[in-house]
Amino acid sequence: MRSIALTKGVPDFSEGAVSFNEEGHLERGKTPTVMNPNDAFALEAALQTRVRHGGHVSAMSMGPPGYASVLEEAMESVYADDTYLLSDRELAASDTWATAITLSAGLEKYQEEVGDIDLVFAGFKTADGETGQTGPQTSWAMDWPIVTHVIALDIDPDERILRAKRLVEGDVDEIETVEAPLPCFVVTDPEFEPRYRKASHRLTHKRLRAETQRRADDHEEQLTTWDHEALNLDPDYIGLDGSPTIVSSVDPIPKAPSEREATMIDFDDGEAMGEVLEEMQPYAAGGD
Amino acid sequence: MSDESEYEHYEAIVVGCGPGGAAAAARLADHGVETLVLERGTKSGSKNVSGGLIYAEESAPYTVDDLFDGFREEAAERPVTDYRIHNVAGNSVKTYDLTDLHEHDTDWCDAVLRRRMDSWLEDQVHEKTSETGGGVLTDVRVNGLLREDGEIVGVTCDELDPITADLVVAADGVNSELARDAGLMDWEEPDEWFQGVKAVVDMDPDVIDDRFDLEPDEGVAHLFSGDLFSDVRGGGFLYTNEDSLSIGTVFHLDSLVEQQAEPHQLLDALLTHPLLATWLGDEYDEREYAAKLVPDSKKVAHREPYEDRLVLVGDAGGQMQAQGPIIKGMNHAVTAGALAADAFAVTKGNADPAAAGRRYAKMLEDSGTMDKLRPRRYDVARAVGERDLVTNVVDTVLESPIGSVAVGNPISNRLLQRAYNSPFLVSMLPDTSTGYVTLPSVIGETHGKTIHWENEIEPPSLEERIGDLTYDTDVGNPHIELLDESFDASGAAVYACPVSAEEFGGGCYRSETVQTNGTEETLVSLDTQPCVECGTCAIVADTEWEHPRGGKGVEYREG
Repeated sequence: MRSIALTKGVPDFSEGAVSFNEEGHLERGKTPTVMNPNDAFALEAALQTRVRHGGHVSAMSMGPPGYASVLEEAMESVYADDTYLLSDRELAASDTWATAITLSAGLEKYQEEVGDIDLVFAGFKTADGETGQTGPQTSWAMDWPIVTHVIALDIDPDERILRAKRLVEGDVDEIETVEAPLPCFVVTDPEFEPRYRKASHRLTHKRLRAETQRRADDHEEQLTTWDHEALNLDPDYIGLDGSPTIVSSVDPIPKAPSEREATMIDFDDGEAMGEVLEEMQPYAAGGD
Repeated sequence: MSDESEYEHYEAIVVGCGPGGAAAAARLADHGVETLVLERGTKSGSKNVSGGLIYAEESAPYTVDDLFDGFREEAAERPVTDYRIHNVAGNSVKTYDLTDLHEHDTDWCDAVLRRRMDSWLEDQVHEKTSETGGGVLTDVRVNGLLREDGEIVGVTCDELDPITADLVVAADGVNSELARDAGLMDWEEPDEWFQGVKAVVDMDPDVIDDRFDLEPDEGVAHLFSGDLFSDVRGGGFLYTNEDSLSIGTVFHLDSLVEQQAEPHQLLDALLTHPLLATWLGDEYDEREYAAKLVPDSKKVAHREPYEDRLVLVGDAGGQMQAQGPIIKGMNHAVTAGALAADAFAVTKGNADPAAAGRRYAKMLEDSGTMDKLRPRRYDVARAVGERDLVTNVVDTVLESPIGSVAVGNPISNRLLQRAYNSPFLVSMLPDTSTGYVTLPSVIGETHGKTIHWENEIEPPSLEERIGDLTYDTDVGNPHIELLDESFDASGAAVYACPVSAEEFGGGCYRSETVQTNGTEETLVSLDTQPCVECGTCAIVADTEWEHPRGGKGVEYREG
């Protein structure tokens, strides 16, 4: 079983790390880049597949050279064997379409040079773009089936079939069970939970973690970087030139006023507490 | 999503990775046995507490450093090079040197802190067992025995599907759920148990050397008995670690219940005694408060600790020797674990599922381990000691002017020190207050020197102690259920529980008076959040008691 986990670097939106300027715009230069939080679920699914069925996992990302650190983070959480970075100035300012074209070229090259892929895992939308398009568009470009909102996953390697439970949100949330042939794309839902109910699986998990920790020091050695030439991509179809959409402006949403009328009452002040009770009386009695 | 429905199988499953489980697993791996070790803590040692001295006995078939190279350097604190008992009567203290007793049959003895010790053992065990197809898994709670046609064939877990094995080693501690599931141990009688509480106190290594007059590679053990704890039967201890002290008290659980004593207050009575002033100084920094039940092996060590493929090792089988000033548990667990592994190896292939267990029980007898745990001569002495009449007569004599003079004369002083140092006499000490309270306080009064040091220590409150502990609470899934909330059935837990106290609302157990239809009734309520999983309430209250799920509950950092 050979899997690829796709991941992306995003600004660290956690409190204390993120920085906004006076107009409320994100200051990318001052905000550290971290792995997209939703990708963690995709990585967990890739890891579960590897623990249960063995094989090889690679992590792949498109972005500036600094994303090597994101791949390193991904590698540590998925215990990936190696990492691939698609990086080039020509790829800058790609929208989801151009990104999907680039990623599919990366996957094709991987198949030519490394080996046939059985599964590609992607997270459910990024914390900065929030489009949720890149995974589906990449699968379209590969002409592979895709299963989205996956919360549980089982693979039959002999039949080359994937069985997944997917969460369908609506007026009533439903869980669908679907089957798809391999190779296939899987987009995990944030509700995805890996399950390791067998001792042998947990022992494998523990062994992979130990092995990854030993390899983590020379992460650079497991990193392969491909530029647009290596990917055989025409600059007119990638990056800004290949992007049919652009973000024209970003307007912060003004915060709603949060002031409310409040009166502090001392708990020991019997008279004031009595007034509170009086105020509450109609509601407690079930009145209007 | 279903995996294949067949059970996973390992040749051996060891439940619990304390010293007993670690020894069993390491020895099984030595024999080439595929061994899976399941530990409910997030790391071995996170659920473990001991006083903490580990012995290597000259007469023991196995010691921990036989099985684990580098144990003393990597996992232990200071060796005990000086061993004393203090007989206390008020501010009057008489000290005897017990080093002779301590060194009897002792190759070495080190103080240990369990988080450090057990987590080191876990790493060694994982390495060894990985080589024979197994390994250690943490955060997994084994919750019962898997049976087929009434016969034990494996274990069930909270976190894993059932697993079968040819041998199941229950090294799951004093509150062993497996021993109870098998009907081999029960939780009925308070007089079969001790309860210990302990404070680990931060202290700079140089300060320890200075205050206890030690070289860096030396350590001391001090024991305390007498009227320090009013009439509660038990005593106290102080051991030196590398950069901390372990100070604790251990009492008979039935006596705690009888006297309605608060364990944390008894610990405070020791901490604030003038005798401790010179050692503690005026800065007191308590790193951790901990508690544990201790089985009294004289009464409960199971002579045939097995059932089908299941064997009991260590506290799970009641293998904790506490006789007067001798307190030995971990060394016996190590011996038992290794013997159980050897028993399995020599009986492998035998069609009788209980062959290994039967051999193990025989090895415990033949190696002399069982007689240390449960000496036959104690059974004889106990019959006399527990007759109240005899005790009362002895007490009356001791407390009378003539009796005190007899114990108090200069010759008896020498004889008493020798008597304390006699392993034979000590093993016969009955569990009455004579040995614990009356005799030591008479000794303290008549032979003792009065201590005038000022102890200015203010131990933390119970609330602060609980607040300093680390918990991963299994919210909405309490592991103890109170079956009978009447004060008669469960009220003892309010004071005997080490993290509860009367008039304290932040503990596990509390009592409240409620009015129902004009009558007043005192009821007990339970909140398991502060629980330290000692098991006291399983014995003194009416509960349904289980351990929390894997990784949940209290996490000791020192242990």
